[in-house]
Amino acid sequence: MSSREQYQVPNAQGFTTGASNNDGNSGSSSIMWYTCGDCAVRVPLEKGAPIRCQKCGARVLYKERTKRMVQFEAR
Amino acid sequence: MGSSKKQTSVPVRTKVPSPEEVEKRNTVHINAETVTNVTSTDFPGFYPGEDHAWDIEKFRQSVRVQFHQNDPYEAQFSLIGVDASIANAFRRIMIADIPTLAIEDIFMWNNTSVIQDEVLGHRLGLIPFTGGKEGLHNFLKWYKKGETPCDYNTVELELKVKCENNENAPADSKDPKELYHNAHVYAKDIKFVPKGRQAKYFSGENAIRPTNPDILVAKMRPGQEIDLTMHMHKGVGSDHAKFSPVATASYRLMPTITILEPILGRDAEKFQKCFPEGVIGLEKVTKEEAKKKGSGYEGHEGELKAVVLDAMRDTVSRECLRHDEFKNKVKLGRRRDHFIYLVESTGQWESDAIFLESIAHLKEKAKRFEKMVVNMVQ
Repeated sequence: MSSREQYQVPNAQGFTTGASNNDGNSGSSSIMWYTCGDCAVRVPLEKGAPIRCQKCGARVLYKERTKRMVQFEAR
Repeated sequence: MGSSKKQTSVPVRTKVPSPEEVEKRNTVHINAETVTNVTSTDFPGFYPGEDHAWDIEKFRQSVRVQFHQNDPYEAQFSLIGVDASIANAFRRIMIADIPTLAIEDIFMWNNTSVIQDEVLGHRLGLIPFTGGKEGLHNFLKWYKKGETPCDYNTVELELKVKCENNENAPADSKDPKELYHNAHVYAKDIKFVPKGRQAKYFSGENAIRPTNPDILVAKMRPGQEIDLTMHMHKGVGSDHAKFSPVATASYRLMPTITILEPILGRDAEKFQKCFPEGVIGLEKVTKEEAKKKGSGYEGHEGELKAVVLDAMRDTVSRECLRHDEFKNKVKLGRRRDHFIYLVESTGQWESDAIFLESIAHLKEKAKRFEKMVVNMVQ
């Protein structure tokens, strides 16, 4: 299978690698993507930025699901 | 035996039962509240002096298969002249022993829909697939657990859908299917990924695809995503129901309706209504019948009488036995050796091929059993 199956060891920059290698739209390395709890839009957050959705202003943000593969038996 | 000096040949007279007696033995009696005469008695030693030993020639002459309906995904046929044990063996083999291909492993990269990973996996596993028969039955081989997946034992599928807002949706629309793209994930969204020689066996109209493309797998809202890879393997129904080649494989015994005394006029119409449509017909009493003394038709020329048109369509609801006017006028029963099968295929086999395959399987099992018995004796 492809390389995204493998576990990525968190490096010195912290938790940014997981988000940066899954899609190209996270430019800066210190940006972390979250999902808005109200409008489900993807919200980029920088270190120290107020926890707030840029679109609707909701203050509840969720972590995105891990990009690690999970295997199931269809039973 | 061997020590006796002279061989005394006792004339063995085998009794032969009358046709009426055979008919009686061969019928399960269905009464108002009970079912009687349910066990078969045609085995050696039950009736003294009669020969009931199993004989291949006798069997060859009496066994019959009659097709009533033969569509690719639904077949109805009668198997006549076998014991219930054999008929049941065929049914069980059709359900549990004929191999088909089904989704077995799910590799989930992403699933942000509201349906849980394991539930989604289970749903995917139950979707029936179809494809080129040659490839399915001859090219694909069994997959052993832990083996490397290869083109001859694994079929790869992919499901990659993302729900997004539909910019062109009508302003007043409230239908999620209009408002969003991919709000509903269907079985037809699953893509087949041919590997190696699979391109040769499963291309064009032979491609691996869901038998019913409109099965709803999941529902999503904008921002949600399903991305997964699936591996299909061959399996049998005794392992998991998803591998069963049939949706239904069942049989019922042929119903019999015997009108003992004439049912005439208004009674006949009521009698007809006690049965499903097409089972009982109404005919006019003819001149000859009315003339015949003791027939019960005297003086009823031109009246309607009830006749049995097609007993096979009866559901044996026994409704006619609840009414006093039909008391002792009708006898319900079932033929003990007439099995009406209904086989509904899920797509990987033709319905009639499933039955033929079940015969081959039973033969194979019998051969294996014979070998075991021989080994045991040695």
